[in-house]
Amino acid sequence: MTIVIGPSVDHADPVQRRRLATELRKLLPDHCVLDQLEQLQPFECDAMTSAREIPLLVVLPETLQQLQAVVRYAHEIGIALIPRGAGTGLSGGATPRPDAVMLVVSKLSRILKIDAENRIAIVEPGVCNLAISEAAAAEGLFYAPDPSSQIASSIGGNVAENSGGVHCVKYGLTTHNIRQIKYLDPTGELITIGGSGLDGAGYDLMAVMTGSEGMLGVIVEVTVNLLPLPESVVLLQAAFPSMEQAGEGVMSIISAGIIPAGLEMMDQTAIEVVENYIHMDLPLDAEAILLIELDGTDAEVEAQLEQVKTQIGEYQAYDLRLARSEQERIQLWSGRKSAFPAMGQVTTDFYIMDATVPRRHLAHALKRIVELSNQYELRVANVFHAGDGNLHPLILYDASIADEVVRTEALADEVLTLCLALGGTLSGEHGLGLEKLDKACDQFSTVELEQFERLKRVFDPDGRLNPGKAIPTPNRCAELGGLHVHEGKIPFPELERL
Amino acid sequence: MSDISQQLVDQIADARDTGGRLAILGHNSKQGFRGQSAGERFSTCDHHGIIDYEPGDLVLTARSGTPLVEIEALLADHGQCLGFEPPRFQPLRFSATDPANLEEPLIQGLGTLGGVVASGVSGPRRPWVGAVRDFVLGVSMVNGLAQRLHFGGQLIKNVAGFDVPRLMSGSMGSLGLMLDISVRVLPIRPVDLTLQLEMSLAAAMKKMIELQRQPLPLSGLVYHQGILSVRLSGTEQGVASAESIIGGDHLVDGAQWWNGLRDHRWDYFLQPEPLWRLSLAAATPLPGFYKADADDDWLIDWGGAQRWYRGDVCSEQLHDYVAEHGGHMSCFRGPMADQELRLGDRNLLPLHQQIKTAFDPPNVFDGSRAKVA
Repeated sequence: MTIVIGPSVDHADPVQRRRLATELRKLLPDHCVLDQLEQLQPFECDAMTSAREIPLLVVLPETLQQLQAVVRYAHEIGIALIPRGAGTGLSGGATPRPDAVMLVVSKLSRILKIDAENRIAIVEPGVCNLAISEAAAAEGLFYAPDPSSQIASSIGGNVAENSGGVHCVKYGLTTHNIRQIKYLDPTGELITIGGSGLDGAGYDLMAVMTGSEGMLGVIVEVTVNLLPLPESVVLLQAAFPSMEQAGEGVMSIISAGIIPAGLEMMDQTAIEVVENYIHMDLPLDAEAILLIELDGTDAEVEAQLEQVKTQIGEYQAYDLRLARSEQERIQLWSGRKSAFPAMGQVTTDFYIMDATVPRRHLAHALKRIVELSNQYELRVANVFHAGDGNLHPLILYDASIADEVVRTEALADEVLTLCLALGGTLSGEHGLGLEKLDKACDQFSTVELEQFERLKRVFDPDGRLNPGKAIPTPNRCAELGGLHVHEGKIPFPELERL
Repeated sequence: MSDISQQLVDQIADARDTGGRLAILGHNSKQGFRGQSAGERFSTCDHHGIIDYEPGDLVLTARSGTPLVEIEALLADHGQCLGFEPPRFQPLRFSATDPANLEEPLIQGLGTLGGVVASGVSGPRRPWVGAVRDFVLGVSMVNGLAQRLHFGGQLIKNVAGFDVPRLMSGSMGSLGLMLDISVRVLPIRPVDLTLQLEMSLAAAMKKMIELQRQPLPLSGLVYHQGILSVRLSGTEQGVASAESIIGGDHLVDGAQWWNGLRDHRWDYFLQPEPLWRLSLAAATPLPGFYKADADDDWLIDWGGAQRWYRGDVCSEQLHDYVAEHGGHMSCFRGPMADQELRLGDRNLLPLHQQIKTAFDPPNVFDGSRAKVA
């Protein structure tokens, strides 16, 4: 990745923009077609702000028919489309191009049906993740995947990125929690995959479409599974004298047969930064803190809680804090959840990484990251999903010092290489997007990339859907950017990001 | 334990170069499922062995020809299991001269890991823990070009590249040969308890929906022959508390009973007539042709989402009923098991054909058991 700072430049052809806008205004209302620079600027990036480009044009259809008309027209004239939801993606999956129309689905935001008997919700792609659970709550149900951006991110984007969240250690990712998708192929044809039941006929196209980063189709409707709201939820916070003991604690909980609803870790740097920001009397001598959330029936949760305390007690867990009521849990979660703004207090810039390692290697990976942090003379804080081995190292640096930028890039690259070497992957939940195009060449061989390419061509023979993202062509290893936060100036700073 | 991957790759390369057709088979325990194979029998059985298992990571990696019984035994030693309860079928052979009689089956084993993933069939616990496809984390495979490929990994969270491992699940060996597979495993819950309640099919359908809307530790919900069976899995305290809500009689030796369902060893499954499998939303009403005195034609599993039918209603009527409710169906076993699967959307047929070609351009792998229409 390469960190790029500075305003975006408009590279689009103004004549092409004008002509296209005129044609598209015949298909949808004037206000749904944006072609003025000041209108286009808000769409210059998604939440990976380091890659910016003014889109050729932005369209915001209000109905499926309008959306379909745009896709058909784009097919007729052979222009590329970049689907976009709420723009909260962290890997640049919705970064614009000067030669592509940005297709924003956020106005398709109706919850079409909550079917309590079948425990499903049928929703348009622009429906906000959290809105589904809010609508289902009256029926005692909820939608489990909860990416940290859930107050803003929309379900179409969640499907495109196969979003995870704090609770996916127990409930799985988006791919485990949806049963039907309707999408438009690049010619505008409406296609339904999956089924009303728990599986569909034939090849598992739901799996292929989920996490395909807008490269295979434009998602226009999703049927998601809903689960009964748990009777009881408790949150336990525990400190550990060493990172190894915290890592062993994680392994021991899982090995004891307990799958917590959430299992999160903060390392010493993160604890220190968060404590200075929020003052919740966190133990500053601890090398790590674990947050363990359990849910289920009252009886189930109480039994598991005792088991967890016994397990982690063997690894010298101390300073145990238990939250039972919703208010208490929000309070206890607030340390973990304020990590992002807290970092903004101690550094001008930080780079958020996303990678995975098998749980057995967590302690080793974190120790190695400390060594790399010392070697590159850059602070690194770790706040992450320990339950599923999903690391989010935050590299703290100052972008006004050129050398620090270079060192940050090198350090980030080494961390990814480390994770791959330990049997992990390049991304646990942020996707490859633009950010990791080059690094994908390290994870996948030429023949694997060719196989991806053949699969892509089945769905998008002309390569017009979100070109240049997620899957590099075999000969491409260009340097590209990462999520960059400069002086807290990020879009939607109120959003939780990790 | 042996790794014969190079030999397998060479055989595929040979078939690629000579226009050969390979029918991948493990134990052949699902003989007849989705019809008959065509082409040269290409056995994975000698590609065998558990490569990696770390209980704390909830992941096991094994070669595709590894017997399920071997994997399940190792997992059980560590208090873990394959959560989706893959069936361990014994192949049935009906006598050609007297279709009502069973001949001695040709049993090689009770299924391999590769066969489980390729068939995509899951057992009674599926609605609460996920299907086989949900547990597949990574595969090493060989495509029709005889290229070795690796997709996915050993972690539940992985969003790097298209999700090929899950696409392989249920593809019936038509897209490539899986060499080794990483699957997520789950802890065995401390207590399993089965409660049985007598009621009509119509009442059971309502009860199943009602129970599934509550936060109960359910792990099985099946109706057959006038009895609704509810399995609970969890801690002793959790199960006891749920029992007080549900009521009913304890089923003694529940584990064996559920294995009979999981492995299709009940008499209901062992008949020569077509066994239809209907996949529908759990609350989908029973069809108009359903008659109250024909309850026993049905076996309702997965809390209503997987329905077995063994009656004399013609297949077109069943197809119409399922299509009307957005589900799908297949003849799971019996004389019509080689029927093409009907896809709900006409655009899906060309997609399926092109996906087959994308993975297997020279058409090396037999697609007879992945037929769709």
